[in-house]
Amino acid sequence: MTAASIHIRSFLQEGTRFIAGALHFLKGTGMKSEPVLSTLEMKGIVKRFPGVLANDGVDFDVRAGEIHALLGENGAGKSTLMKVLYGMYSPDEGQILINGKPVTLRSPLDAISHGIGMIHQHFMLVPTLTVAENVALGLSSSRRIVLDLDRVTEKVHELSEAYRLRVDPSEEVWRLSVGEQQRVEILKALYRGADLLILDEPTAVLTPQDVDELFNTLRTMSEEGHSLVFISHKLPEVLRLSARATVLRDGRVAGSVMTNAVSQADLACMMVGREVLLRIDHPDVERGDVRLMLDGVHADGDRGFPSLCGIDLEVHAGEILGIAGVSGNGQRELAEVIAGTRSISAGTVTLNGEDMTQWSTHRRLEAGIAHIPEERMVDGAVQEFSVEENLILKNHGHAPYSRGIFMNFKAIAAMADRLIQRYDIKTPSRQTQIGSLSGGNMQKLILAREISRNPDVLIAAQPTRGLDIGATEFVHQQIVAQRADGTAILLISEDLDEVLSLSDRIAVMYEGSVVGVVDRKSATANEVGRMMAGGGCEAAGARSLAPVSEPSAG
Amino acid sequence: MGWQSWVVSTVSFMLSYGTPLLLATLGEIYAERSGVLNLGIEGMMIMGAYTAFVTAYLTKSPWVGLAVAAGVGCAFSLIHAFASITLRANQVVSGLALTFLGLGLSGVLGRSWGGKPLPHSLPQITVPVLADIPILGPMLFEGHVAVEYAAILLVPIMWFILFKTRIGISIRAVGEDPATADSLGVNVKRVRYLCVAVGGLLAGTAGGYLSVAYRPAWTEGMTGGMGWIVIALTIFAFWNPVMGLVGAYLFAALYHLSFRLQPWVSLEILQALPYVFAILVLVFISLGSLRKRMGSPAALTIPYTREEE
Repeated sequence: MTAASIHIRSFLQEGTRFIAGALHFLKGTGMKSEPVLSTLEMKGIVKRFPGVLANDGVDFDVRAGEIHALLGENGAGKSTLMKVLYGMYSPDEGQILINGKPVTLRSPLDAISHGIGMIHQHFMLVPTLTVAENVALGLSSSRRIVLDLDRVTEKVHELSEAYRLRVDPSEEVWRLSVGEQQRVEILKALYRGADLLILDEPTAVLTPQDVDELFNTLRTMSEEGHSLVFISHKLPEVLRLSARATVLRDGRVAGSVMTNAVSQADLACMMVGREVLLRIDHPDVERGDVRLMLDGVHADGDRGFPSLCGIDLEVHAGEILGIAGVSGNGQRELAEVIAGTRSISAGTVTLNGEDMTQWSTHRRLEAGIAHIPEERMVDGAVQEFSVEENLILKNHGHAPYSRGIFMNFKAIAAMADRLIQRYDIKTPSRQTQIGSLSGGNMQKLILAREISRNPDVLIAAQPTRGLDIGATEFVHQQIVAQRADGTAILLISEDLDEVLSLSDRIAVMYEGSVVGVVDRKSATANEVGRMMAGGGCEAAGARSLAPVSEPSAG
Repeated sequence: MGWQSWVVSTVSFMLSYGTPLLLATLGEIYAERSGVLNLGIEGMMIMGAYTAFVTAYLTKSPWVGLAVAAGVGCAFSLIHAFASITLRANQVVSGLALTFLGLGLSGVLGRSWGGKPLPHSLPQITVPVLADIPILGPMLFEGHVAVEYAAILLVPIMWFILFKTRIGISIRAVGEDPATADSLGVNVKRVRYLCVAVGGLLAGTAGGYLSVAYRPAWTEGMTGGMGWIVIALTIFAFWNPVMGLVGAYLFAALYHLSFRLQPWVSLEILQALPYVFAILVLVFISLGSLRKRMGSPAALTIPYTREEE
């Protein structure tokens, strides 16, 4: 900002301050100290969408100071119920009572004015605005038309101290880490005086340390009388944090229980409607030869800064090597240099003893590399293509699916039907556009396509992100089955529980380097978590280059 | 002629020829900041030029002409706003349609007015005292019209609104991430309509200025592609009013020099310069980290739909 602009600004601010002077004493900026919402009830909520009954007579209630978990598989109606509560959907039947009085919530603004706040899974932040500007967006300023960002900044400071939400109000949001962005979301809701806060899978993208910090904040909030609705798939967290849990299944309440009286298995059973294997069966498999080897690999990230700084890794046949780390420490780039979609600036990548550093993506595919990409909607499937077209994407040039320039649609259809059945892909037909499938079914399709090619090396990046318990269980089973078949598997995941339970060895990435490799038998979540935060187990010199690539927020 | 007369004539021309470019660019910056690309600038400008001329001719008041031009430009832009915001039509198609509609309509309606000079053009001001300063006086304070000064004054005002006020933050949020803005109670459609209307108003005024001040007459197609230069200038300006001023005057100066430099540089090359600039800017802001800081509004050309609708 130039000196002139500051002068103009302060001049105009003085003017408006004079006019609005008397007013802003009477009218605060929406921050309340005493929670006013003491009970909230949703009674017999019904919400229909064309062809779907998303909520079928759901009863739900929250009390002041309570942390209430809302559980359910994808499509069980959790999000719909919460969007009804947040005024984004209007229910077809049923009513919402706040402090015993019925209210109508027509828009998020209505909900906010009743003290309800929501933190969406995909953060609702404008990346080019600063933290303070994001907080101020949509609020009336104490200086009428002119922004009172200094005042907002001050209050954000107060709130972040009271709730231990560390964040710099003048920073632009796109520069923040995912954890910090979440803190901004919480601050935004608190600033607006939210007494009841809905959190949609808040821990999905956080490190264990960030999760601890978040939980401390949430506990502080609940002690002060805030009510919290906590949507999650992760049962250990639900039991750890919440006092009560309501489980939805197929749009109905499957049960509402006190969490101290139930086990993880009980909750999983309520969610899925059958017994679920929470422990992954991990039989001993004899470790074979080295299939994939990275030797001193360097590569640049999207912004042109180094994002891989000398990676040495080996993955053996019949082994799952887990990559743990906080989002944006080079995991995505690691998967891409192996798959061939990102070029490397130094080092070599070897497949079955052959140097494939200079190979094209196509040649790598042919040589037996399979890739389940992190962004399955963008990089894993063509949204406008049908299920069968997506299934044939990597094999369409081979017999029996094509001869010369002609496709053999009969063979393709037969293959599609076989895979749909074998991998339990729920789709109306093989000609349905893949964009209309659920996330779980899309992932099953990608998995089916990659595994059916009998790969030597499988890169699975965030294979269960956003999937429900049933689909996650299926994906895990398939990955373990591949291991038994002798595939070398590189499992990249931000879900530490997943890495710990599936991998044979765990490599931890921090700022583009592998800070340590531990055996699963000796690894603890605590130790790995510490390494994820940069505390390497050996030399600190490994992380001298500091560029963290952009956090993938969406 | 000495270098002094070169400078005086160039800067003086910069002020007058740069004004319509500046006005329309400021308007387009607002429209694009809110996420609506309006390729109809040329159409709105020519309609403004035509209606300003006719009104000024009939009422004998160039000011009334200018006001009508602003109104017509605004009304014209609302066609685009309705198509692209309410009906969620393709913004490129709808904007182009506006340009062709404006050019065609003004051509047909203006046939009998062609070639008539306007006896009542905007008065040229000589600022007392200041006009006596050597060089600066004749350059900046003699022979200009009030609109030219008003356009300059508009720059800090529009910059301030965009970056320092509530409405500005809403405009930028709507252009970057309408869903987030909506979730916080910002009326996305209203903000977009408003910005497109401001864009139309200024484009109409710019056109009116051409026919009642810059060259007080009506000629078919008298905007001569200015509307397209405005689109390029908007990019060149990084969607910032202050840079809009720099771009508009820079281009006006180059345009003027292109006549004077003809013995040495071909006219076509000089006239292509703003487009070259625009392309360079596009390349520049596509370079990774700059994209978020200075790049185009993320939701530009994308219609906004609420999830439930």
